[in-house]
Amino acid sequence: MATFEITTRSVRGDLKTDTMILNMGPQHPSTHGVLRLELVVDGEIIVDVIPHIGYLHRCFEKHAEQMTNYQQVIPYVDRMDYVAAMGNELAYVLAVEKLMGLEVPERVQYIRVIMAELQRIASHLLAVGTYGLDLGAFTPFLWCFREREKILDLFEITCGARLLYNYIWVGGLSHDLPSEFGKKLKDFLKTFPKALKEINDLLTFNKIFIDRTANIGVLPPDVAINYGCSGPMLRGSGVKFDLRKNEPYLVYDRFEFDVPVGEGKMGTVGDCWDRYYVRVREMEESLKIIEQAWEQLPPGDVHSAIPKKVRPPQGEVYFRTENPRGEIGFYIISDGHSASPFRVKARAPSFVNLSVLPEISRGYMIADLVAILGSVDIVLGEVDR
Amino acid sequence: MPEIFNMLIASFIPLLFILIYAVVILWVEIKVASHVQDRLGYMYTGGFHGIAQPIADLLKLLTKEHITPANSDKIFFTLAPVLVFASSYAAYAALPFTSTFIAANLNVGIFYIIAITSFVVIGILMAGWSSNNKYSLLGAMRSVAQIVSYEIPTVLSILTVVVAVGTLNLQEICEIQKGGISSWNIFKYPPFMLITFLIYFTASLAEVNRTPFDIPEAESELVAGYHTEYTGMKFAMFYLAEYANMFLVSGIAAILFFGGWSSPFGKFLSSPGWGVFWFVSKGLFFVFLQIMLRWTLPRLRVDQLMYVSWKVLTPISFVNLMMVGLWAILK
Repeated sequence: MATFEITTRSVRGDLKTDTMILNMGPQHPSTHGVLRLELVVDGEIIVDVIPHIGYLHRCFEKHAEQMTNYQQVIPYVDRMDYVAAMGNELAYVLAVEKLMGLEVPERVQYIRVIMAELQRIASHLLAVGTYGLDLGAFTPFLWCFREREKILDLFEITCGARLLYNYIWVGGLSHDLPSEFGKKLKDFLKTFPKALKEINDLLTFNKIFIDRTANIGVLPPDVAINYGCSGPMLRGSGVKFDLRKNEPYLVYDRFEFDVPVGEGKMGTVGDCWDRYYVRVREMEESLKIIEQAWEQLPPGDVHSAIPKKVRPPQGEVYFRTENPRGEIGFYIISDGHSASPFRVKARAPSFVNLSVLPEISRGYMIADLVAILGSVDIVLGEVDR
Repeated sequence: MPEIFNMLIASFIPLLFILIYAVVILWVEIKVASHVQDRLGYMYTGGFHGIAQPIADLLKLLTKEHITPANSDKIFFTLAPVLVFASSYAAYAALPFTSTFIAANLNVGIFYIIAITSFVVIGILMAGWSSNNKYSLLGAMRSVAQIVSYEIPTVLSILTVVVAVGTLNLQEICEIQKGGISSWNIFKYPPFMLITFLIYFTASLAEVNRTPFDIPEAESELVAGYHTEYTGMKFAMFYLAEYANMFLVSGIAAILFFGGWSSPFGKFLSSPGWGVFWFVSKGLFFVFLQIMLRWTLPRLRVDQLMYVSWKVLTPISFVNLMMVGLWAILK
């Protein structure tokens, strides 16, 4: 609906109104963790937003330098974007493998694709569910969690963990797929489209939901690119950029899938609804990838290429992959003689995406800010690291 | 002396009803929510399907510490929950539970209810202001704006019914609809009374701050709105008032449009005892509808809420009122 003209100090007759500072978070139900937003509000209209981050800072980069070897960094990487841990592991491991010039067996690559895409669905389900929660719809959240549970069960039977896996290792995987994995995966692939349709009926095409999200928090494509947004944030603005297509890694070039972009179906291109709907459609595309990958899955040994010692030659590497929240990149420097990285720098998508929040939320209402923040879909573990 | 005794009993019965109903509806709300969300809810504690759990919840609330924020206005802070509950309890006085029981048979019954429930607004504003918390204040401001604007379509739709039946006395409104389903007000002047009911039901959702109009206590934006700072029994009073209000607006809907205590089968099962059954079950049906809506819909935004009230509901209810009035004159 209408956006509001920004007036810091409006004077009507002799009635003077002033702006108020409202502190949102770090303990607030819809800041998705411990983000603190300092809002300058004029009544209910937002004049400015100042995000304060760092409440969850755990010195990841320094930790990575202090480890005794490269493999020990993987569990720390898990804890960055803790709802998409597989994706983080994948990016880090691929960076190390690139630095070492390591070739991994095909089976490992296919399993990595399946896991990464399952993780993408799980992560988007959480994003969609909590987005409904932000807008006051409680039920979609639990329906999404019911589906996410099935994916977590798949992860659990594979590697024993449900959230932080330490599954993807340098040169291979910790475990091969168990025998019952195929049956369970097929069950999931069969039931998930129905569940997605239910969620669409309940939330995506709900009139109130559309009213709350269409034309809200519009992020124009040029602003998105300037701020370095990635993932659904960027694609929601209509920019067709997906590393799985544009810079294929693993075996992504062997699968057929679309890259959904925001089309402004319910309002303007790049509004909250577009970003949300890109996530919904990405889940469908991920399903396609998983189906194809499962059909082509070659036999092999997932442990055969795991090196005894991970000691990359002197040099540096930057590797980026498409995580559910956007482009995650690891920049690693190796000094060539020690077993731990000399420097690890992570480019976290949530952190970069969050930086655009003040830009797109000025002039909207407090209720809209919640909608905008939800559509950015941040994970504070990754923002603060 | 016996007169005072009678009055005390008459005023005590609605209170007893509210308390029992609140305990039951707490359980129903949680169970409905659970089943809508594809889970079971209470199963292990509180006996069969957790039936005793609301009692434990209430006891817990009763034993909680009363915390009064340091810079709050202590008198208003304490008074607000009492006022909110008292005004919704006072409205029960004019609610006819059956043909032989009504605490106060006023001939301006519905007018009295509208007037007395307006006090809720003052209580909420007091709570928001005295808490000395920005979220509370924002919630209270939203709530007042919302209730004041939604009172207009509510009152207009009630007025439409009054035009159709020609009385303000709730007991008489029920009497008129005694002849079974076909004589219920909702089927009179088709389709205007149906539209009136829909407007009334929508507006009443906003009056009791339920989804999709639960903006004053929107937990994802305002933490808990006007009752953010409340604890223990004071907090429970707000809750009790909310549930009491839910049944109040549902009961009024049942009386105005669905025959109140009158049996849907005409003379069959129409003794006063059955009257209580019919009234309460009709009321609870609408409470159930409210609960179902709460667990289905997202929340509107403040300006959208105002838009719905002023630009949609109010004009339609004006037209409705005129059409019913015209029809009534021509008849």
